[in-house]
Amino acid sequence: METLAFILHNLPAIGERTVEHLSIVSVAVGIAIITGVPIGIAITQSRRTADTVLYLGSIVMTIPSIALFGVLIPILSKIGQGIGWLPAVIAAMLYAQLPIIRNTYTAIRNVDPALRSAAIGMGMSVQQRLARVEIPIALPVIIAGVRIAVVINIGVTAIAAYIGAGGLGTFISRGISQSDIRQLITGALALGLLAIAADYSLLWLQKRLTPRGLVKHIDRP
Amino acid sequence: MIRLEDLTKSYETPQGPVIAVDRVSFEVGSGETCVLLGPSGCGKTTTLRMINRLVAPSAGKIYLAGRDTDTVDPVELRRGIGYVIQQIGLFPNMTVAENIGVVPRLLGWDAARRRRRAEELLALLALPPGAFADRYPSELSGGQAQRVGVARALAVDPPVLLMDEPFAALDPVNREAIQDEFLRMQQKLRKTILFVSHDIDEAVKMADRIAIFNAGRLVQFAAPDEMLAHPADAFVASFVGRDRTLKRLRLTRVREVMTGADDGSGDTNVPAVSADDDLRGVAALFLESDTESLRCIDAAGRVIGIVKRSAVAARLAIDDSR
Repeated sequence: METLAFILHNLPAIGERTVEHLSIVSVAVGIAIITGVPIGIAITQSRRTADTVLYLGSIVMTIPSIALFGVLIPILSKIGQGIGWLPAVIAAMLYAQLPIIRNTYTAIRNVDPALRSAAIGMGMSVQQRLARVEIPIALPVIIAGVRIAVVINIGVTAIAAYIGAGGLGTFISRGISQSDIRQLITGALALGLLAIAADYSLLWLQKRLTPRGLVKHIDRP
Repeated sequence: MIRLEDLTKSYETPQGPVIAVDRVSFEVGSGETCVLLGPSGCGKTTTLRMINRLVAPSAGKIYLAGRDTDTVDPVELRRGIGYVIQQIGLFPNMTVAENIGVVPRLLGWDAARRRRRAEELLALLALPPGAFADRYPSELSGGQAQRVGVARALAVDPPVLLMDEPFAALDPVNREAIQDEFLRMQQKLRKTILFVSHDIDEAVKMADRIAIFNAGRLVQFAAPDEMLAHPADAFVASFVGRDRTLKRLRLTRVREVMTGADDGSGDTNVPAVSADDDLRGVAALFLESDTESLRCIDAAGRVIGIVKRSAVAARLAIDDSR
């Protein structure tokens, strides 16, 4: 009851923190898509490069986020941005790389070799083949990677409250330091709902962007 | 129309170079269908794929309509050559009409013209455009999909078609049907076709010329009847099979061996044949009965000639002694 009262009383603050949270996640994932998708496509050309890149991506995933923030503080301090929004975005962007690169790579590699053969044999250039055949077919799996990246990033950004990046993690960090169960529950609840909402809206997008011919059971009038 | 000169492909492997295609030369005239025939690994598909440069030749030349294809940009070259593969390779994210419109779109045709062409080709391949143009490949049967594959290859009316075992994945009934349709279509379109197959029956049925390969070499290049009557060596003889004489029966029509008038000797207890039948049915009738001659009738049922047992035997024998 107390928590409910707290939430109702602090709705504007929760909204503000949610916007902060989303600004970090969306900028980080946006950059990760712009970089990760081309990297994922490029590494399909060479097995060895692909292994190296995916290995590096996996190493990044094993670094605890709080440790990554620690590493970024001295580096970014040189430009006066040691704490706050910028290191949060950089860390989140790094964590988003692996799922996006890996899904793009897998999806493009799994395109039926016969389709590639047909596309080349009909006289498509590399760019035309990617744009008209391979990327449209790979798109659902690429977006599935983006969904994973977004959910991971909502979690990473919660930790970023400790380096002053704001966001919904603020409720949790304050709840812990002030032993205030109301703030803790508010933060956890809001983060959970945000992750679910983001995942479902991307699922909707994934379905919308799946080429109709790839939908298993097509209902025809 | 297509001329190969000492075309060679070798691959470097850890065990030393492997020659996949060894100095192959032949020429296919305009409007002819040439079937590249042989067991798997004989170099027939590699030869085909060198023509549209999906495989780069190690040596030798390919001339298309007199032009050395080395001087043409590969992407341009491929847009001017129809290409059909066994796996069909229809793009699943595009409708049937969009699939057929792929090369037209690469060449900059507008949407209305692409659509018109797709509908025209669907009709040509006995797929009603109204029912098929907007379907996706996942909604087609194997036979329908390969018809669309052929339509797609014909989209910009290229003079040359390359077909890599196009009908091999279809069931026998469907395969016969699509082969017959394709032959009818080819009589109208008169494309220059290179057709890879491992099936001697298909080759005999489709080909004006057969190029038979073994271990990367072209061992015989001849018309089907010639190849069946005079295999160049023991390999060709074993590949075409001991029943090569029976296969030759398919290549001859009744009208070529019948006598032109009804002399009354036709056996009325045995079914009559038609002038356009091939000799397989005739031979079967002679084997089933002890009759010496059959009646040949026209569409209206009138007897127009007589086929004698001796004439059929003579037909096979004459060619054999040539």
